[in-house]
This record gives sequence, structure tokens and C-alpha cells, in this order.
Amino acid sequence: MKFAVLVFPGLTCDLDMYHAIEDTVKQEVEYVWHTEADQLDQFDAVLLPTGTSYGNYLRPGALAKSSPAFKALQKFADSGKLVLGVGNGFHILVEADILPGAFLRNNGLKFRSAVETVTVENNNTAFTNGYAQGQNIALPVASEFGNYYADEKTAQELKNNNQIIFTYTNGNTDGSTLAIAGITNKKGNVLGMMPLPERAVEEVIGGTDGTPLFHSILNNWGEQHVN
Amino acid sequence: MTKVTIYVTLRESVVDPQGIATTEALQKMGYEEVKSVRVGKLIELEMDGSEQTIETRVNEMCNDLLINKVIEDYRFEVGEVASK
Repeated sequence: MKFAVLVFPGLTCDLDMYHAIEDTVKQEVEYVWHTEADQLDQFDAVLLPTGTSYGNYLRPGALAKSSPAFKALQKFADSGKLVLGVGNGFHILVEADILPGAFLRNNGLKFRSAVETVTVENNNTAFTNGYAQGQNIALPVASEFGNYYADEKTAQELKNNNQIIFTYTNGNTDGSTLAIAGITNKKGNVLGMMPLPERAVEEVIGGTDGTPLFHSILNNWGEQHVN
Repeated sequence: MTKVTIYVTLRESVVDPQGIATTEALQKMGYEEVKSVRVGKLIELEMDGSEQTIETRVNEMCNDLLINKVIEDYRFEVGEVASK
């Protein structure tokens, strides 16, 4: 399986994501700079790391719309291949209209860096089949804009379609609608999440609860590519 | 040259954490008559074009990039750039 880590200017955690693939599923992984996104077709999955793309100017993730990678990313997502966006990568996915909703400043107004307990609300996805349904896992968050917002109708749709994949288990510090920490699109091939699984793949850096997520992706790919 | 002033506000249904914190701060400072604060954005453009095309283009720019319709509303004014 071949992973692309798609890098927009200002996304600073590309190395973490690259390392997580090398370290967990040990598959091929390449950085793709945003101006070279026309090569995305040759990859099986696109990973959008976190950071501060375009300085978070205007709105987090918004200025990525000016990049040639924007259309390429929409096309890749439409093709049904897997896309994972974490942190600022999630912001980019909502600004790209690939995922519904939007982001507001955290309720506490601060950049919050912490380890959160997160509940797996749906383990029947390409990204979470390695977890148990309802499992509580520990993942780091690091964002000033972790406050996911969806209007009532959208939130209800997310719920009805089982698109809510992760929620915050203990309280909802940043103020997200329905305590949402991660959602997929309707088709289920795109996951956006604020917790950072790539920072939880080694005991020595604080836990391995992110590891099953990457194995889930590989398992899912393997099942579709038997023979 | 025309100056366009775009006022961006959070939609009424959206909670504004910055506004809430500012309300509380003002009240603490003795401005008890303040019941609510909502913080928005002001975007100023200087651009070419006729009055009609400007209106169309600004709406397009707002939809394409400047505004996130999930959480924000906007209105704008069109005027002359003050001579320097």
C-alpha cells in the first residue's frame, strides 16, 4: 500500500505522520508537496498532517483553497480512495467541503495541548476496524481551533449515518457539537479528526492507542486487494 | 479604484466563545449594561471594475474563500478609495 503525506505550506507535523506509517504498518510512504498534487493518483491513501497551514490566516485551513492541491484532493476523495486529515488537516477537509461542518475557536480561547480520552463510536469503518466498538482510547490533541461546529440538521445527519467516529469521553472542553472529535464523509472513505493518532504510536512518547488506526487502514486495503 | 468593505459576522445560531469572554470582561470592568458581545471581522478590498461586476465578483469571492457559510454571514459596502 502506498501512502502520500500531502504537505501544504505551514503544515509542520508531516514528519510525525510519515514516521507513523513507517513505524506501524511499514508501508511505502512519500511526501507530496502541494504544488505536485497532480501525482496523487498513484497513491492508495492521502494523509493530511496537522500544523498551521498558511498561518491559519482568514480561517484555519481556508487559504489551502488557493493551492492547486485543493482540486486534486477533492478529486482523490471523490474517487473513493482513503483520506485521513488530522488537526489542521481536518480543518482543510471541512474548508474543502469534503467533510461537513466548520471550526470555531476553542471555548477556553486557548491553544490546548493535552491527552484526551476518546470513544470509538463506530468501529465499522476503514479507519477504525482495529478498535472495539465503544473502546476508550487516549490520544493527544493540540489545537486552538478544536471546536467542531455543525448545525442541528447536519449533526442529526452525521448521527443517523453513523458518521460520528470519535467523541470526547470526559467532558467536551473545546465545545464541539455533540462532543465530536472525528467524523467521516457519507461514503466513509474520508476521516477527519482533531486527536492526533500519529503522535500515539510508541510507548516511549506516551502511548500506542493511535497504532490500530493505521493498521485498520492497511487491513481495509488488504481486504479489498486480496489476489 | 473602488473600495469594498466586507463585514463578516458569526451566524446567530453560532456560539461565539470570544464574544462571551469579552462580555464577561466588560461586565467585570463595570460595564454592566453590556448584555452581549459578538466579535466579527472587517475585510477591506481595493479593486477595479464597474459597480455591477464588483458586486458579482465580491459575492463570488465571499462564497469561494472569504466567508465560511456554515458559521458566518456577511454584507458589504462599495465606495470610492479616498485619494491620498
